[in-house]
Amino acid sequence: MSRALISARNLSIRFGGVVAADGVDLDVFEGENLAIIGPNGAGKTTFLNITTGYLRPQAGTVSYLGKDITALPPREITRLGIARAFQIPQLFLDQTVLENMLIAAAAQSGRISLVRPLHESPGRGEMEALLDLVGVRAYADRKAFELPEGQRKLVDIALALALKPKVLLMDEPTSGVASSEKLGVMDILTRALATQKVSSVFVEHDMDMVERYAHRVAVWSSGRIQIVGPPAEVLADADVRARVIGI
Amino acid sequence: MPRATLAARLAIVAAIALAVALPIVMPSWATLITLILAKGIVVLGIIILLQAGQVSFGHAMFFGVGAYAVAFWGKYVGTGDLLLFLVVAPAAATLLGLLVGLFVVRYREIFFGMLNLAFSMVLWSLLEKMFHYTNGADGIRVARPTLAGLAFTPETFQYVLVYLTLGLVLIVAYGVQRYLDSPSGHMLRAIKSNETRLEYLGVSARRVLLVGYVISAFLGGLGGALVAVAQQIATPEFAYWTKSGEFVFIAILGGVANAAGAFAGSAVFEFVRFFAAAKLANAWQLILGVVLIAIIMFAPGGLIGLFRRDATETRR
Repeated sequence: MSRALISARNLSIRFGGVVAADGVDLDVFEGENLAIIGPNGAGKTTFLNITTGYLRPQAGTVSYLGKDITALPPREITRLGIARAFQIPQLFLDQTVLENMLIAAAAQSGRISLVRPLHESPGRGEMEALLDLVGVRAYADRKAFELPEGQRKLVDIALALALKPKVLLMDEPTSGVASSEKLGVMDILTRALATQKVSSVFVEHDMDMVERYAHRVAVWSSGRIQIVGPPAEVLADADVRARVIGI
Repeated sequence: MPRATLAARLAIVAAIALAVALPIVMPSWATLITLILAKGIVVLGIIILLQAGQVSFGHAMFFGVGAYAVAFWGKYVGTGDLLLFLVVAPAAATLLGLLVGLFVVRYREIFFGMLNLAFSMVLWSLLEKMFHYTNGADGIRVARPTLAGLAFTPETFQYVLVYLTLGLVLIVAYGVQRYLDSPSGHMLRAIKSNETRLEYLGVSARRVLLVGYVISAFLGGLGGALVAVAQQIATPEFAYWTKSGEFVFIAILGGVANAAGAFAGSAVFEFVRFFAAAKLANAWQLILGVVLIAIIMFAPGGLIGLFRRDATETRR
């Protein structure tokens, strides 16, 4: 088996009476697409928030390539190579889509110029290609707030990819994308992840997506991981079918 | 940044031509023009912070430090040279900007504004109370400096000062506009629209804001030195909170979308004050108040907003 990039051990956190993580152990391996499924409120997004440093667990650790990252803020974790796309797209709404991307490119390069115009950034061609890849190149010169939700979602993912991460964490990547386009988007996305050798974790509600694109799937339930394994095996599990999929 | 429209370019050229011509045509206005330009430099700093959505109600502290750097030099060192002042004063303000900035960039919005106010009031109190060093509320007189070793008569010096200030304005306005269009400038705007995403791009929002803050402090010090030389005095009023409010007022009046707004606002502000004060004695604030209400209601982009096409038209 390939090496673990992210290793979560015994993560626990509670918000008042709600247990959002209760002894979560999970590894994310190099080269895999790991799906996270489970009912609302099971702690899926909380796991992403802890992994990216947005929340600090009350117990447990997260390590990345053996380095403890539990106490690091999001920006440092991002710089190590863990990028995130959000359930509700997080864009710079007053700037154009291309400007959003060029800001990400400047952030990624680590050289943030004080004088060279953003529009003349060296990464421009690469960023336009990324927008092309996720299919929103046509919106490049539009202000982000003008975009429909589905397109914003794709720009949000493109922003994360612009950071050239080792791991991409996505929270419901295709929610908000028109259902007729979901498969197309995920096809493109998983191909891009494979060619750029990016491992991914994605929270998903659509079992077709999980079956089609995940190498492994982890089922969340009340802050715990109920079962982890290949989709065919996990989705056939009677308990999972009853409680998560609702068949 | 949308490209400047033809009308905007013509307006900028006309404004520069006016600034060159007016002191010759109306010699009595030379100092007024100097004040407009020098305060515009300070307001550039306010505009930088407003990109990040942050309003400083204490920016006059840097204006005051710039002015007192010049005044103290005259009082303790001797007659100075204007070129030296233009290095020493902004340097002092930059240093203070870095120290205060390290603290205030941790806060946002009302907390940012009030903390700046608090720092500026500490400075103002020191200037008022440390009478032995500062002459208290009377302030310190600033002797006419030389320029590159050359001494001038008062008549000539006002021309020297206004054209030197105009030259500096062209340099700093260009520099600030470059900065606003750069990745750093765009990241300032990103703090306003989505700080969380900025952090998730691996960028320290505090660091981005600190850079902007220090630049704005530099500009405050430069403007303060020029005003102290033009008015030949530095008083604690330079650092008082009403002065800070005035700079914010001018920024909103002129428009915060680009560097030109600082000077458009400053020109209108000073001219209204100059003429209204002569004719209406104590009512000039009333006129400015009405002007600002009209601007906010009918031209939220400020005076320069009147020259910019709608954003959808200027798209590249």
